[in-house]
Amino acid sequence: MSWGEILRTGLDAVRSHRLRSGLTMLGILIGIAAVILTVGLGEGAQGKVSGEINALGSNLLIVAPGSTTTNGVRGGFGSASTLTNADADALSSKVVAPDIKAVAPTTSKSEALTAGTTSWTTSVVGTMPAWLSVRARAVSSGRFISGQDVASHAAVTVLAATTAEELFGARSAVGQSVTVAGVPMTVIGTLTSAGSSADTNEDDTAIVPITTAADRITGGTSRDAVQDIYLEATSSHTLSAAYQEAQYELLSRHRITTPTSADFSITSQQSILSTATSVDKTLTVLLAGIAGISLLVGGIGVMNIMLVSVTERIREIGLRKALGATPRVIRRQFLVEASVLGLAGGVLGAALGIAGAGVLPHFISDPISISPTATAGAIVIAIVIGVVFGVYPATRAARLAPIEALRSE
Amino acid sequence: MTLVEPRPEAFPNHHAVLDLTDVRKTYRAGLLEVEALRGVSTTIDEGEYVAIMGPSGSGKSTLMHILGCLDVPTSGTYRLAGEDVGTMTEDQLAEVRNRRIGFVFQQFNLLPSMSAWRNVELPLCYAGGPRTDRKKRALDALADVGLADRVEHKPMELSGGQQQRVAVARALVTNPSLILADEPTGNLDSTSTEEMLGLFRRLHALGRTIILITHEADVAEAADRILRIRDGEIVSDSALVPGQVGA
Ligand SMILES: Nc1ncnc2c1ncn2[C@@H]1O[C@H](COP(=O)(O)OP(=O)(O)OP(=O)(O)O)[C@@H](O)[C@H]1O
Ligand SMILES: [Mg+2]
Repeated sequence: MSWGEILRTGLDAVRSHRLRSGLTMLGILIGIAAVILTVGLGEGAQGKVSGEINALGSNLLIVAPGSTTTNGVRGGFGSASTLTNADADALSSKVVAPDIKAVAPTTSKSEALTAGTTSWTTSVVGTMPAWLSVRARAVSSGRFISGQDVASHAAVTVLAATTAEELFGARSAVGQSVTVAGVPMTVIGTLTSAGSSADTNEDDTAIVPITTAADRITGGTSRDAVQDIYLEATSSHTLSAAYQEAQYELLSRHRITTPTSADFSITSQQSILSTATSVDKTLTVLLAGIAGISLLVGGIGVMNIMLVSVTERIREIGLRKALGATPRVIRRQFLVEASVLGLAGGVLGAALGIAGAGVLPHFISDPISISPTATAGAIVIAIVIGVVFGVYPATRAARLAPIEALRSE
Repeated sequence: MTLVEPRPEAFPNHHAVLDLTDVRKTYRAGLLEVEALRGVSTTIDEGEYVAIMGPSGSGKSTLMHILGCLDVPTSGTYRLAGEDVGTMTEDQLAEVRNRRIGFVFQQFNLLPSMSAWRNVELPLCYAGGPRTDRKKRALDALADVGLADRVEHKPMELSGGQQQRVAVARALVTNPSLILADEPTGNLDSTSTEEMLGLFRRLHALGRTIILITHEADVAEAADRILRIRDGEIVSDSALVPGQVGA
């Protein structure tokens, strides 16, 4: 008996038992749709996080202050800033750190900005001109702060997209005057949006020269202290060299001999990314596990239906054998039935999953990304489930002696 | 009924299509053992027309199933065309059932989800061959049993007698050399019975070996030879001279 013939017989059997076939397919369908949706949800979240982190800038290293040791008492992390402008200056030296392209020390403080009668509280960041390239941002109108502004402690500010809009609405912000923490300043430029995948905070900030911030905003005793130093490596290949240069220079400047007792920490964008994605991967694996279990339950449903179908049809199997069907042909007939159910359930489940991925993001805030490989994989899994769970009942059916089968009720 | 002479056992074995030697069949139902056949030995030659008679429960169907390779004896040997059926593989048995034997079951055993012609086509599906040819042969076989106008009906839409005729058509469709029929006229009226017997006569004239089980004397008398079974044993084996049929 040819495969085409067997396929026809299998399809006939599926078609002539609509309810049974429908219920079997439903089990697989739900399992596959669940797999596609959960994997899509996990991948969507992962894509969102890595998008946010990539938006920070490329080839980025972030130096953050660590704990200070005063009289043998170790303060907590970030208890006081151990980084200074002098540290940043040292790292800017091409001799000390040839693999570091740009350095941007920053300070930041949450302050109220007032333009006319409109007031808006945002994070005011004091930094250097290099910030723009280090953080991979761009100016949409006007200009960014210059070296001249920093040198002259100029009362100028550059507003991010959201901040400019909150204060000035549709009007052009450039040239307007704004009061920052009671200090009148001139808006010299605005930034383009950091992109849809970025953290929304990236678009709500006001940039001022670091010197101006030290004088008039952060103030306090240690005017030389900075919060973070952003470093840009010359390329992605020199990232680890830049890391080592920064670490070596800062350790020697801070007179620390063992790297483990460093009073600062350096993280790369890459390490943030891998930590974040590994957390998300765990989540994805967990979700996929749950989906896999539902798929397994669907598969057991298929096996159950196939067993029932075999029991129900023992007489039919006996008759087919009596008329000349070999055990192999019987086995194949049941395998075809099982895989047709698996394929149909898989395709319908994939369709449901993709439809769900289109509809669900309107109700939940998380993005769902459907990957074609995951979808194809799910359909293959569905067929494999059909075949694997079809093998046992089919083998059992094929082993029956014709007359025993015919006598059974 | 005129007994001419008991069948001589002197026939050389290699002429026989069917050769049974001390065939026994024991069914086990829990603790109970039922001896359905207790040592049946006989030979049936090519082209013979044999009727098997006997009371209900005497083992007629059991014997027929063994002859049709649908069941195996508990002990004893069954040779089909010289070959011991007990040593055949599953695939060889399937081939024998498909090509050489046409079996009419006492309970018809039609597939309820298929139309009459699809039921008749079934053995041809396992034999292979072009589909259009198979349909033509199935329709011809149904016409032979007088059901040309019922080919698209499902078994449930047919009367008992019509179902029986579909079962006969299915047994004939592969042109088997051995036709085994378990009460093929049990549900037929006298006209249909006559037609069915005419069909068997024609097949017999074409050289087919025919074995049928019946309760009816006039059906049995259409055969050349009658085997009588009681309690799983052959109690008489007689040849009939055609035309000299008595009570
Ligand atoms: N599967 C089985 N299990 C147990 N006993 C069985 C089985 N099949 C048949 N028998 C027994 O074997 C004996 C012979 O049965 P068989 O079907 O051959 O009778 P039969 O001559 O065909 O009767 P009928 O004319 O009523 O069809 C009976 O006593 C029956 O009860
Ligand atoms: Mg019987």
